[in-house]
Order: sequence, then C-alpha cells, then structure tokens
Amino acid sequence: MPYPADKPSRAPSSEELRARIPGWGADLDPADRPSVPRERFDPRATGAWWDLPEQQPETYPRERSIEHARLTPVFGTTYPPRGVSGAIRRLAFRRYSEARAAHWLLLLAADRVDVVESSVRELTSGRVSNPVATGLRSEVTHGGPDPRTTARRVDHNHRWMDPIVTAGPLVAAGVGAVLVGRRLLRRP
Amino acid sequence: MRALVYRGPYRVEVREKDMPRIEHHNDAVVKVEMGAICGSDLHLYHGMMPDTRVGTTFGHEFIGTVHEVGPSVRNLKVGDRVMVPFNVFCGTCFFCARGLYSNCHNVNPNATAVGGMYGYSHTTGGYDGGQAEYVRVPFADAGPSLIPDWISDETAVLLTDALPTGYFGAQLADIVEGDTVVVLGAGPVGLFAARSAWLMGAGRVIVVDHLEHRLEKARTFAFAETYNFAEHDDIVVLLKRVTDHLGADRVIDAVGAEADGNLLMHVTSAKLKLQGGSPVALNWAIDAVRKGGTVSVVGAYGPMFSAVKFGDAMNKGLTLRMNQCPVKRQWPRLLEHLRAGYFDPTEIVTHRIPLEHLPEGYHIMSAKLDGCIKPLVTVGD
Repeated sequence: MPYPADKPSRAPSSEELRARIPGWGADLDPADRPSVPRERFDPRATGAWWDLPEQQPETYPRERSIEHARLTPVFGTTYPPRGVSGAIRRLAFRRYSEARAAHWLLLLAADRVDVVESSVRELTSGRVSNPVATGLRSEVTHGGPDPRTTARRVDHNHRWMDPIVTAGPLVAAGVGAVLVGRRLLRRP
Repeated sequence: MRALVYRGPYRVEVREKDMPRIEHHNDAVVKVEMGAICGSDLHLYHGMMPDTRVGTTFGHEFIGTVHEVGPSVRNLKVGDRVMVPFNVFCGTCFFCARGLYSNCHNVNPNATAVGGMYGYSHTTGGYDGGQAEYVRVPFADAGPSLIPDWISDETAVLLTDALPTGYFGAQLADIVEGDTVVVLGAGPVGLFAARSAWLMGAGRVIVVDHLEHRLEKARTFAFAETYNFAEHDDIVVLLKRVTDHLGADRVIDAVGAEADGNLLMHVTSAKLKLQGGSPVALNWAIDAVRKGGTVSVVGAYGPMFSAVKFGDAMNKGLTLRMNQCPVKRQWPRLLEHLRAGYFDPTEIVTHRIPLEHLPEGYHIMSAKLDGCIKPLVTVGD
C-alpha cells in the first residue's frame, strides 16, 4: 500500500494522555518554553550587575587558545603546565588553534605523559597511590551476580580492554625506563 | 580538605588537597553538602577529554553553603545555601546577555568552542569541581541561586544539571502536540528528557537502551515504550517499523561520547581516543528520525571529529539542534513544574555515596553495577 498523506495515529488522544500523565501539555505552546527563543537579550537576567567584569590577576603565564583575543577575565588556576607534559601542552596552545586535530592530539598525548610523570614524581617523593585502578572493591560490595553476564548488555565485549587503557601508559613507561637503564649500564 | 583526585584513566582517589581561594572579586567559596556523579564525568574518568590534568577534582553537580565571598559579591552572603549550575558563566558577555550561559566567552581561556564548567578538564577552563569539601565558584552573583526551602537537597542537586539538561533536550527537539519522540539512552538525562517530552505534548515517547534496569525506570518514571537494542538486530529498522516506516518526528540523543552498539565506533573513540565521541547514537538518531524531523543532541561529545552520517542528515532535510544546557534559564519553569507536583526527580536516584567512597562510586557508575542509574555524593555529616 502506498504511503498516505496522514500519519497513521498510534498515539492515544491528547485527552487520554492529559488524564493519564501528570503535567502532560504543561509546556504545550512551543513559543512559551524557557529556551524559546534561543537568543533573548537580557544582560541582567542572571543577577550579574556589571557591564564588564574585572580581570582576575594572572599569577603565571596562563595558556590560552589562540582563537581568543585576550586572556578571559576569569579562569581556572589549577595545575599550571609543568614538566614534559606541560611543554607539550604549551606547544599545543601556542601553535595550533582548536580547529586543528594536532591541538587536541597533543593535549591527549600530554595527558598520558602527565600520568607517567606524576607517577614518577610520587615514587620519588615516597608516596605511592594505587598504580592499577581504584574502586574495584565495588565488584564485591556492589557487584552481586555480575550484571554484565546475567543481563543482555553490549558493553561486555570490550571490557577486557579497560586494564590495557588503565595500565598501558605506566607499563610502557616502565619498560622504556628498564631499556634505557640497561643501555646506560652496559656503556663502558 | 578532602577531595576526589584524578590520577589517570580509570584511577581516582580521595586525598587531602589545598583549600580553594578567592581569586577574583566576584568569587565565592562554597562548602559542598551534596553532589553527584554525572554520566559525562565518565568521559573524564576514562581519559577521553583532552587536557584532563592529573590532580583535577571532578564534579559539576553540587549544592552547598557559602563559606566565603569575594569583596564585590552582592547577591550572596556567608551561610546561604545555594545550588550551583554546572556552567561557569559571567552573565554579561555577548553570549550570556542573550541567554546562552553555557557558551560564555569570559570564563574559558583554553577554548572558544566550549564554555566554562566545574571539574571538567582544562578544556572547559581548568576549574576544580565539587566532588570535594570546598569549591571555588566564580561569578557568584551570576551563577548560583538560593535553594528554595520547599525542595529537598536531592532535588536541588538534580537541578544543577541532569534535570534541566533533559528538559532542555526536549525543548531542542521542537516537540509539537502528538509528536512521536524517541529518546536514545535511559540514563538520568534521557529519563528526564523522556518525562519532559510529555510536558510538551508528545503523543508517544519511546526510549532505547541496552540496560534493562534503566528501561524499567523509563517505563515507570517516564511512561515510555521501551526497546532494548541488544535484543534487536537493527534498532533503526525496528524504530521504522513501530513508526509506520515514516520514522519518529523527533529523536533526542541523550547518550553522547561513549555510545555502545557498534564495537568499531566505541573502541576507536572510547578506548583509542581517535574520535571526539562514538557517534553510534547520533547516527541512529539521524537514521531513525523522519525526513524533515528534528534531532536534538544533549549527549556530550569531545572536541575532536566523529564519523557522523552527515549525508543522511542533509538528504533527509533534518534540523539538528544541540547545546550544553544553560541551566539557570530552566530553573523558574522547572520549579513551577516541581511545585505543581508533576513528577519527583529523585525517583531516579539509586545510590548515595559518601565522598570517601567515590572511587567505588565511579567504578559502579562506569561498569553499571548494582542497578546504577544516578549516584549522589554525600559530603560531610
């Protein structure tokens, strides 16, 4: 049968839905919803009372996207770039815009380097955190019959990769350190 | 103070950390009383979000008491109990002045493509989050609001992200009376989007997931028809079949970056980080919606590219609408709906986890153990 002009109605009537579902149709008018229209000029809607916000003091050379004209008036100051990961991050910000894949790939690479660097820093400072993973105790306390095998779930087939993602950078760094160490020791 | 600290992919711990300070005249420091783990925190936990630095404290859903205020703060005073939107925003830049608080241009030097958020990597500004005893809250006169005395703390926490984001997702879908609305993903945002679709006059609401306990919640909380995509060879064909082969009028992607359902897409994005997010749900949305229909995206994706089926979207004449939710814009109407008693958002809360046990909480949420839908975080007494 050809497709007709009307939508075959499988939906209950509006009256039926209004009676069955609390609040049905409370926002029925598409023009009367909080984010409609999408842009509504009202610079005093939030409680902000300034025309231009003051500048937060820049206490270290704060990295920023080269797509910005200037440092924003407010910014987070947590974990300034440091070490090798910091150098990679500064390069990503100094050289590449957000439009370039290199910007994001360098930042992701820096994240992995940061994990290794911070682990080395902890080891040398005598403090060791759990090197593999955390929260695994909940497999016992909150696992019950393992829902990944008792229920039909599609995330079961890639769980085996999680330990590789978790420990991979650390194992790679360890192997690299051993190889470099052996080479140095063998030198006359 | 005690705070959750990121150590690397799948590794978080709770440890001592320096107290946050007033760094700008309009900052406040808030003593956190309750927070939550959001599905999008898992992207950080799994190491997917670029520039997530070791030591970062996650958490963008939290409420608490004002502990300290900067010299220019007028609207709040020490001791006030506040709920804090997940957006960090100034209120007066070009975008905020037009209501796009999630797209603020004055708070994130690290990127122009995304606004500011608490505890969500340096890509969103480098702010620490609220899975801690104390948190810095910039632009305290613009962001937080006093918690109305007639709502519970748990409801207030859900108002900082999950509920407004789901409600916003239903608005983005441009629902008109009688529409068939498909929601992909039955997590907290998907459940709230499905429940909100009825407020906007949907005629049918269909929810798709692969976690049976979440689909059960979609049936009881959101009155939805449900389908488990793991039980069907091709969920798009099924959705066509149940919509008389026209497709749904509106589809809401409430899944985002770690979508399952296609192993190649999941592995290249969630495991290998070669895509900004797994586009499985988005591609299903594009294929399952009817021609001329609307796809609303509130699932979170990273800044890298993803293999999205754009040709289908173009050829079908779709409207694609998306954004991070401007939370504060949703509050007045949502509070009206809550006061009217249309629904109780805390019905989706499954776990209440003390701050000290958050590493277990992250594992429970990540592996979806113990029927987990929405874990809240209790801080202090």
